[in-house]
Amino acid sequence: MSARVTALAATALLSLAAAPALAQSVAVTNATLVIGDGSAPIRGGTVIVSGGKVVSAGIGVAVPAGMRTIDAGGKFVTPGIVVAVTDLGLVDVESDDTSNDTGSSRAPFGAALDYSAAINPSAQPIAISRAAGVTRAAVIGGATNSIFAGQGAVIDLGADSDPVVQSRAFQFVELGEDGGRIAGGSRVAAHAVLRNALAEARDLARRHGPNVAAADMRLATATPERPGDTVLNRFDAAALVPVVNGLQPLYVRAERAADIRAALALKADFPLLKLVIVGATEGWQVAGELAQARVPVIAKPLSDLPSDFEHLAATQSNVGRMSAAGVRVSLGAFADQPRHATQYAGNLVGLTRVPRASGLTWDKAIASITSGPADAIGMGDKFGSLKAGRAGDLVIWDGDPLEMTSGVVSVFIDGVEQPLENHQTRLRNRYMQPQEGALPKAYDW
Amino acid sequence: MRLNLSFGAAALALILAAPVSGAKDKEKKSTPSPAASFDKNPYPSTYRPYAGTPTLIVGATVFDGEGHRFDNASVEFRDGRMVAIHKGKIEAGAGVQVIDGTGKFVTPGIIDIHSHLGDYPSPGIQGLSDGNEATAPTTAEVWAEHSVWPQDPGFSRALANGGVTSLQILPGSANLMGGRSVTLKNVYSRTMQGMKFPNAPYGFKMACGENPKRVYGEKGRMPSTRMGNLAVNRATWIKAQDYRRKRDSGKLESRDLAMETLAGVLDGEILIQNHCYRADEMAVVLDMAKEFGYKVTAFHHAVESYKIGDLLKADGVCSAVWADWWGFKMEAYDAIPENAALLYKAGACVVIHSDDENGIQRLNQEAAKVQGDAKRAGIAITDEEVIRWLTLNPATAMGIDKQTGSLAAGKMADVVLWNAHPLSTYAHPDKVWIDGALMFDAADPKRRPVSDFELGQPGEGDVK
Repeated sequence: MSARVTALAATALLSLAAAPALAQSVAVTNATLVIGDGSAPIRGGTVIVSGGKVVSAGIGVAVPAGMRTIDAGGKFVTPGIVVAVTDLGLVDVESDDTSNDTGSSRAPFGAALDYSAAINPSAQPIAISRAAGVTRAAVIGGATNSIFAGQGAVIDLGADSDPVVQSRAFQFVELGEDGGRIAGGSRVAAHAVLRNALAEARDLARRHGPNVAAADMRLATATPERPGDTVLNRFDAAALVPVVNGLQPLYVRAERAADIRAALALKADFPLLKLVIVGATEGWQVAGELAQARVPVIAKPLSDLPSDFEHLAATQSNVGRMSAAGVRVSLGAFADQPRHATQYAGNLVGLTRVPRASGLTWDKAIASITSGPADAIGMGDKFGSLKAGRAGDLVIWDGDPLEMTSGVVSVFIDGVEQPLENHQTRLRNRYMQPQEGALPKAYDW
Repeated sequence: MRLNLSFGAAALALILAAPVSGAKDKEKKSTPSPAASFDKNPYPSTYRPYAGTPTLIVGATVFDGEGHRFDNASVEFRDGRMVAIHKGKIEAGAGVQVIDGTGKFVTPGIIDIHSHLGDYPSPGIQGLSDGNEATAPTTAEVWAEHSVWPQDPGFSRALANGGVTSLQILPGSANLMGGRSVTLKNVYSRTMQGMKFPNAPYGFKMACGENPKRVYGEKGRMPSTRMGNLAVNRATWIKAQDYRRKRDSGKLESRDLAMETLAGVLDGEILIQNHCYRADEMAVVLDMAKEFGYKVTAFHHAVESYKIGDLLKADGVCSAVWADWWGFKMEAYDAIPENAALLYKAGACVVIHSDDENGIQRLNQEAAKVQGDAKRAGIAITDEEVIRWLTLNPATAMGIDKQTGSLAAGKMADVVLWNAHPLSTYAHPDKVWIDGALMFDAADPKRRPVSDFELGQPGEGDVK
């Protein structure tokens, strides 16, 4: 191919990728409609999406004349799945370092790392998760060179060039065993590093004076002088200014009950912190304190093994017990793939039928993977349910979405119907019959 | 002389190798060479079934593990053995415990062909990490049973949540030849031997692809490539063939643990369980097996089996697979959720495995995923066929299908009573019997195992 043709082809591809998909108006009728806020499914429900947002959803909703209408035929229609704390968009192949932007072990920065810069909407994990009904995610890599993993992004999984809904949406810090290891060998070190970092950020904020609400404090132009004995570089310290000022949530990964208590205690020294606890395997032991503090918890859903010494009290009933105690708990931080969210939620429903176990009702289980994580992210007013005004993210399922035999029929994100094809579906189609035909398989596409 | 080793592998695992008795050898020595006459079962199973009550589960939906479904049926077992599946509700004899199975489901005990419980136990800390002897690319001499920690809390979760009654513990996949596997009954014991499945043949773990070449390539030694993987394997098989020839002609002077295991594979006593992801690599391994005269019993992980279902069927090789694990390494990039479905369509053997202390608690759900994805791809697979992937098929690929894996009369009474359809996400085991003994009962807080490690820990008395 000549250079000119290559350049032309590249331009054509780029313009395709950049073309914003148009939000359509669509009505889905005759649905088993799940609003996603913990309420019961509505049989014969209708949801209307226009201008990329839910206009109305419920029973007896009139469909405007001429609007595209999909008869769901009684199928389940839910909000798109929201997955908090995942590496979607940062990774092609987990074990391949070249394709993996989750760790920055040799970087000079920690808290200042901004993951929105690396989100690749074309990565197959996004396409595959989208085809499983995942529509939004809170994305962050792992803490490697610092107890701070950096600033996570909230993304949508739409098949377009514009994945980032909000960059620098939250800061993430590791306490517990991982935090201790990174900080220098102990939890003691992790807490000192964390408090020092927040103190330096608070100091920097004071020195900045009225500039502290800049959109990106790292890039604030007037750079006041700092004392000579700081530990954090300026970029990292600046990144923590919105954290210490309560403008950016601080996600604290903590599994052990004592670590969760220690995280909650941070508020005594830094009262403006907006904490979110991530993991919380032993959360049931501190459920009362979590509920009282009104701190959202993004819980690993089925962690039931003492996988190390900070998971000794692990039980599948953890989420159910926290929920019963009034903790604002949702599911996330899955060790595996985001598309398993429905399986986790379904298992929590199953636990309600096991003697002495605790789980979630079906309605709450759906909420725990839709509006729940959206609320924990602080964007429940933007997406995560089919209430009026929320993003037009919805999924039509061919059965009960929490049953593993069920699958996705259609996905809409911001009112745009999404392609469900991906590497996997293409391989499936190619190999429905394994033998070569008249030509090699490579010609079958 | 050549030993006649054509009879069953299970029986062989128990007996002593016959002493060499050829005329030529008699002239040379009066006692057999230690290399030819040794105890093939030096760490014998001491597992004994616990006491059970003759039991009749009445009015349940029954999947027998052999591809049949019986609605409103009754399942009878006594003295540790299956008696019958009766149509309809029948009257119980005297002294028989009757359990109402109305609205419930019965399957054989779930079997996981690929587990590292005990070898990579919880807590997963360095002090308990005993699954990979990653100090040489072939370690045929190691036996996974010598790493099994019988206090792994994971066994209890596999029982209570997964209904798992038998499982094969494999060495890890760092090495091309990782060592022998061991099959366990999922019954806690003070000793590994107390869990060991009686009369199960040994398996032998091999691994293709990325892991061995990465582990040893990073150490600056062979293999660092896939061609290196094959070269080391072939060189080792050549040694094993040579060893076997010498053994059979009475020329061995001393024992060699690694070679004894490899010769056991060539003899057909030890079953090859081969970690392998890519279709092209599996095809190469199948030829290597023919080159050296052994059989691959099952490919494990086998995420690309769907590309060669016809080849696998022709060679009678099972694929032990996840439902939908994908993309975590390069050789898993072409994994598709329809893998098992397409294998089934091609007529090849399907086994659903876990390789995971969490996944083993939900093998039934993995099977359900496959069934759903199959249906959407236009491949109808009945519930009763799907249940076979978790029961009789793994039992067959582990060489224990004569003893367990289905509800056929005379087999071990390894039985799960589910509180809902076992392919539902909402289903949990209600009761689990192993050899007719009730080892888990959701309704009885005390009929649930708590390993030594968990005593006195928070949540000890938890349902977990």
